[in-house]
Amino acid sequence: MQASEMAFYFFSVVIVISAMLVVISRNPVHSVLWLIATFFGSSGLFILLGAEFLALILMIVYVGAVAVLFMFVVMMLNINFDQLRSGFTRYLPVGLLIGLILFVELSLVFSHWIPANSYDSKIQDSTIGDVENTKQLGLVLYTDFILYFQLAGIILLIAMIGAIVLTHQRKRNVKRQDILTQIYRDPEKAIELKDIKPGQGL
Amino acid sequence: MSYLDILTIGPELILVLFCLVSLLVGSFYDSIKTSGFIFLLTIGILILIAILIYISPYKTIPAFGGAFIRDAFATYFQITILISVVALLVLSKDYLIKYDLLKFEYPILIAFATLGMLVVVSSENLLVLYLGIEIQSLSLYVIAAFRRDNVRSTEAGLKYFVLGSLSSGLMLFGASLIYGSTGSIEFKEIFIAISSDGFLLGIMAGLVFLISGLAFKASAVPFHMWTPDVYEGSPTPVTGFFATAPKVAAIAILLRVLFDCFGSAVESWQQVIIVLSFCSMFLGSIAAIGQKNIKRLMAFSSIGHVGFALIGVACATEEGVAAVLIYMVLYVIMNIGVFAFILNMEREGVAVTSIESLSLYSEVSQGQAFFLTILLFSLAGIPPLVGFFGKFYIFSAAINSGLIWLAVSGGIASVVAAFYYLRIVYLMYFGAKKELLTGNMPFTHWLLLIVTATLMLVGTINLFGLEGPARVAAVSLLN
Amino acid sequence: MRARRNCNSDLTGEGELSDLAGSYLPILIFFGLAIVIGLTFLLAAFVIAVRNPDSEKVSAYECGFNAFDDARMKFDIRFYLVAILFIIFDLEVAFLFPWAISFGSIGFFGYCSMMVFLLILTIGFIYEWKKGALEWD
Repeated sequence: MQASEMAFYFFSVVIVISAMLVVISRNPVHSVLWLIATFFGSSGLFILLGAEFLALILMIVYVGAVAVLFMFVVMMLNINFDQLRSGFTRYLPVGLLIGLILFVELSLVFSHWIPANSYDSKIQDSTIGDVENTKQLGLVLYTDFILYFQLAGIILLIAMIGAIVLTHQRKRNVKRQDILTQIYRDPEKAIELKDIKPGQGL
Repeated sequence: MSYLDILTIGPELILVLFCLVSLLVGSFYDSIKTSGFIFLLTIGILILIAILIYISPYKTIPAFGGAFIRDAFATYFQITILISVVALLVLSKDYLIKYDLLKFEYPILIAFATLGMLVVVSSENLLVLYLGIEIQSLSLYVIAAFRRDNVRSTEAGLKYFVLGSLSSGLMLFGASLIYGSTGSIEFKEIFIAISSDGFLLGIMAGLVFLISGLAFKASAVPFHMWTPDVYEGSPTPVTGFFATAPKVAAIAILLRVLFDCFGSAVESWQQVIIVLSFCSMFLGSIAAIGQKNIKRLMAFSSIGHVGFALIGVACATEEGVAAVLIYMVLYVIMNIGVFAFILNMEREGVAVTSIESLSLYSEVSQGQAFFLTILLFSLAGIPPLVGFFGKFYIFSAAINSGLIWLAVSGGIASVVAAFYYLRIVYLMYFGAKKELLTGNMPFTHWLLLIVTATLMLVGTINLFGLEGPARVAAVSLLN
Repeated sequence: MRARRNCNSDLTGEGELSDLAGSYLPILIFFGLAIVIGLTFLLAAFVIAVRNPDSEKVSAYECGFNAFDDARMKFDIRFYLVAILFIIFDLEVAFLFPWAISFGSIGFFGYCSMMVFLLILTIGFIYEWKKGALEWD
């Protein structure tokens, strides 16, 4: 067995086992940790495929950011997980059935996998000499694929607006520091002397 | 990218620029006044874009290396979508003011959703299709939960989000399987690969996943579960919005993918569409009978109508596609009218959505009850109203392409569906004596109700000349 | 090129082996070392440490009195907002890497393309700032 083949099986086994543990582990925090293990495994597979950029982005974005967010959500929702789990055995047969059907379907597809005749000629177009993966992406993403790129930017913008619209609340009756007014404040006008006659209020 | 690409995508570009500028304006001058101003401006811009798309000379030239095309089919759907969005925006203003929801983000998010729908309808490639759908859905998830202090609304947003992202995942998986077997994401290339190498197993699996994802968006049975809950929980103008524009867009993408991509392998997807259509029609008709909430009822009604539209898709003929195009426009018009009414159902200032509360509504407002009756008759497909002709075209297309039993079951389903539409009419005229609704209606709502109901009567003469453009659009899709 | 060869589902081949092992050897060694060190400390504590448990010693300590309730409590939604805004900008930065690498080859058009992308997100950033989403209270 070659080293790359061994690595493939190693990562695959890691992915399958940890994905299963995501579903069955009792503690939701552990589920998130197993999810991180799944991401690691997938990133290993990407490296085996030669897609280094995707592998590292998977690490940065999913392990570094998304998993943390999952952790927040798990913490934020004060759910009684035992109660949530009570349906587990009830839904297990249905879930297994659906999983089995999908598994059979996909294994049928992949065991008889035949790409179209034109497949090879088209895929080869994207590889230019010995340019590495990340640069290959860069060469087309910002010029040929500008439409996709800008649409992706718009999606990010919408996500930003959505997150703020749904979660941001500005508290009233809170004293905030306003730096501009502080800077513009004129010491000459800050104090005003008032001559108050005896026996009178201001 | 060339100069011509920019001109082709011009209307969408204007929409994006408008969104960005109004976002900036809104964040610097955040007040009710600016929100109202941006709101009106959005309506104006959307109308402007509809006009631009109509007169745009840059059609049938694929832009961005064949990723984006504005052919007659896309133009037809884009204008339909824009008109329905404008109508729903006009309807929603009073509601938003009343519930203190008039923030400047609302029109901007709607405009972004519209942008997504416009992009998706003219996509010629799986990646643009996916990105367009995401732009649309992401905005809609937020809009569904826009009344964020309301439990129902947040629940609706969350359910929509979870199931919507599941469907996006299915679609993406399908797309990757198709890419894996053909080596291309362009519709044209996939079409060529299928015609030359036959319908490979990988493509078939991909197609099934893709159709499942799109059926989610169109809420066809068995992918409809989210619809009633989301429709019930969302703020009412948002429900009206969901029932019109995104539904049209979903049917449009389905047509686009099935014919542009898989047009040479009709027999392989026809069965799937037939099953979807059959289940949707019957579930939409039967499940609606027991509903007590009018928004839920409209959800099931929309599921049923998608079922009818899918009959036309299943025909896989030019006639069938033209029938779907006509049907969707009629469906949108009827829904706008009905939602103009539903938005004003209230008792002592509190919004009411139970169907029971409509009893003896004719005593509150003779006019409203009359116009609503016309719209409901039309939704039920009772001749001589326009709704009947929509169904007629669909059924005749089905019979001409040999799907006689599907046409017959469609007929049966529409008879069943007529029951619950007529029940509302019955309640309005002969219901039990109960506390009556207030029955106030702002002028614009009145106008839309009257216009849509009148269209249902007037349209019987020549269907507003819709047949010609629909036929042209169908031809442009099939060739 | 490596991508192409592996796509063909032959993960074997001599060149492949040396290539992969060669380029990722340092990181493999690093991982191996990390695992060894991590396990050593865990096992050492298990083997060497003196253990003398007691019900008071192992129970949670909360400032002198018994623990009130579950240690897990609801987080404020604001943490979530900060996290999601972070993810969005994280993704934005991810797009910058291929751009930076291929900067010399994509010309002025590629430069403008990225600037438009950054402009869109900067508008989002201004919106965020003005809305006060970056302030804690």
